[in-house]
Amino acid sequence: MGKNLYAKVFDRHAVEQLPSGQYQLLIGLHMVHEVTSPQAFAMIREAQLGVPFPNRTFATVDHIIPTTKNERVRPLADTMAEEMLVHIEKNTSDYGIRFFSPEKGEQGVVHVVGPEQGITQPGMTIACGDSHTSTHGAFGALAFGIGTSQVADVLSTQTLAMSRLKVRQIRFTGQLKPGVYAKDVALAYIHKLGVNGGVGYAYEFAGEVIEGMSMEERMTVCNMSIEGGARCGYVNPDETTFAFLKDLAYAPKGDAWERAIADWRSIASDADAEYDDVVEIPGEEIEPFVTWGITPAQSVGVGDTLPSPAQFSGSEQQVVTEAYEYMDFQPGQQIAGVPVNVCFIGSCTNGRVSDFEIAAEIIKGKKVADGIRALAVPGSMKVKNALEARGIDKIFVEAGFEWREAGCSMCLAMNPDKLKGREICASTSNRNFKGRQGSPAGRTLLMSPAMVAAAALTGKVSDVREVIK
Amino acid sequence: MKTVVIQRVSGTGVPVRGNDIDTDRIIPARFLKSVTFDGLGAHAFEDDIAALNAKGSVHPFRNEKYAGAAVLVSNSNFGCGSSREHAPQSLNRWGILAIIAESYSEIFFGNCVSLGIPCFTGSHEIVEQILGWIEANPRREMILDVAETTVNLDGTVLALSLPVGARGQFLDGTWNARTQLLANLDKVRDVAATLSYFSDYQ
Repeated sequence: MGKNLYAKVFDRHAVEQLPSGQYQLLIGLHMVHEVTSPQAFAMIREAQLGVPFPNRTFATVDHIIPTTKNERVRPLADTMAEEMLVHIEKNTSDYGIRFFSPEKGEQGVVHVVGPEQGITQPGMTIACGDSHTSTHGAFGALAFGIGTSQVADVLSTQTLAMSRLKVRQIRFTGQLKPGVYAKDVALAYIHKLGVNGGVGYAYEFAGEVIEGMSMEERMTVCNMSIEGGARCGYVNPDETTFAFLKDLAYAPKGDAWERAIADWRSIASDADAEYDDVVEIPGEEIEPFVTWGITPAQSVGVGDTLPSPAQFSGSEQQVVTEAYEYMDFQPGQQIAGVPVNVCFIGSCTNGRVSDFEIAAEIIKGKKVADGIRALAVPGSMKVKNALEARGIDKIFVEAGFEWREAGCSMCLAMNPDKLKGREICASTSNRNFKGRQGSPAGRTLLMSPAMVAAAALTGKVSDVREVIK
Repeated sequence: MKTVVIQRVSGTGVPVRGNDIDTDRIIPARFLKSVTFDGLGAHAFEDDIAALNAKGSVHPFRNEKYAGAAVLVSNSNFGCGSSREHAPQSLNRWGILAIIAESYSEIFFGNCVSLGIPCFTGSHEIVEQILGWIEANPRREMILDVAETTVNLDGTVLALSLPVGARGQFLDGTWNARTQLLANLDKVRDVAATLSYFSDYQ
């Protein structure tokens, strides 16, 4: 039997097996942001440790940064946010780490910046103090989130103590129907396998649906692995991957490019690779999904009604009941037609160029419904500039969207962009947890950028396929 | 770094019933706006506490019955969501020294190992039995044994589990892996030298 990508990449980065049975794993790429790193830098300073591989760590600021030009003037009005920004500037400067700064116009969400600069490459091990690090798996890398103590481990040793995961291949066969996007694919596998179905596994996403996807779509699919409990998810590298990387700032050039491609081909899963589990999901069965509850698995197709708690097993029923209570929805009601207050397009899940292109096509020449607050927040300044160069920002502004600077924004609302009270947000982000979008009582409905665009125009959850008819 | 062996944890318990209790609920994002972990203990479960208060109910973390508890007990997929170490930091600073649940998210579990907080797992039936026992005996201490992976509830010993690796790390004091990782730095450089992207591509 052949080997899968996970095994190949893990093996070439294993330094040695530790007495605990875990492996000391070399981390090829370390991404850092302002929220989970200041304590890690303090730890290595206190222990008087150095950073042996400073050119394998890259940093940016995303969670706390405001997304309007006025609010970004330094010092930031929020003194705590300013302090965090000052810390990452000083920490990266002290240790010789490349910082993608707002002032130079190269800042963005950490999981958008790495890929768009060509820093994220196939065959790497990638860690970041952020659970959505799984995004980078789209390139055929093993990429996973870590805590702050582990950020200090990577800074000071370039390694982590890690257990080997099992590998589950999720094969999406056939084709997606019109109006169904990568976000729906992500919500589909979480719906099928549950929010903890992936614990102990890496997910390998495969099949015709994945092979036909762009890199941006693959990133959306991998991004939400962690929402299904899988710490990392990946796609085998192919011609689409190589075409995306070619000529990016940090991609290998000249002879090194040729050597890199040969190496990247070799780390893809073998045709006869072994898996611990294989799951097949027909692409035709995937609908535009909308979450209705407080976990990303609590979703229905846009044409469906909300499930009865009786449909769930005993231990799941409690979370379903809790979700109905928090969301103030009723079993049996249609998800379509639920009024929304806020529409958010952005985040590491859906904040890339194609996400805004898709939404722009739907809203072009139309207006956001009365009373709806609609935010378009590019995932990086590079994404923002690319869209503005083509006038796509104007489509959003003319439709009534606020066109913002780059950041995590209302995905987790650590900056000024927050829900108020019991507001309902149609959101392209990744988590519908209680209070996630900045109001302890706020409500989040996760969906694709196309579906958020449809909600913005109609003021309620709407089937995008009907809206564009 | 000082080696601290963790063989057992004893103390009273606090029952936090529910599946899929995510790290946003354990510590809401607004409390992450800090460059230290100081003061997080006061904000553990803050929004859940307020939501229950509004309904005239009281969260276990604010219930006098459970004040001073050292062992948190919950159901499945505890600590899912964000990788924020602020979550176990806030629980630890509130007073939690060990956790029992049906299952955990991996990132949360790993963060707890780094902080020396053993996360035991038990079957649904056993966890329910422990939750019920704590609710009936909030002032009685339970004893968690890392080597035996058991909990002793007033003489009733129940079997729990702990992954072999983490168990070994608590018992030999290597739960903070950094010392071991640092000891191999030469070997780390050797492995890095075999990987073209560490040198060739830049």
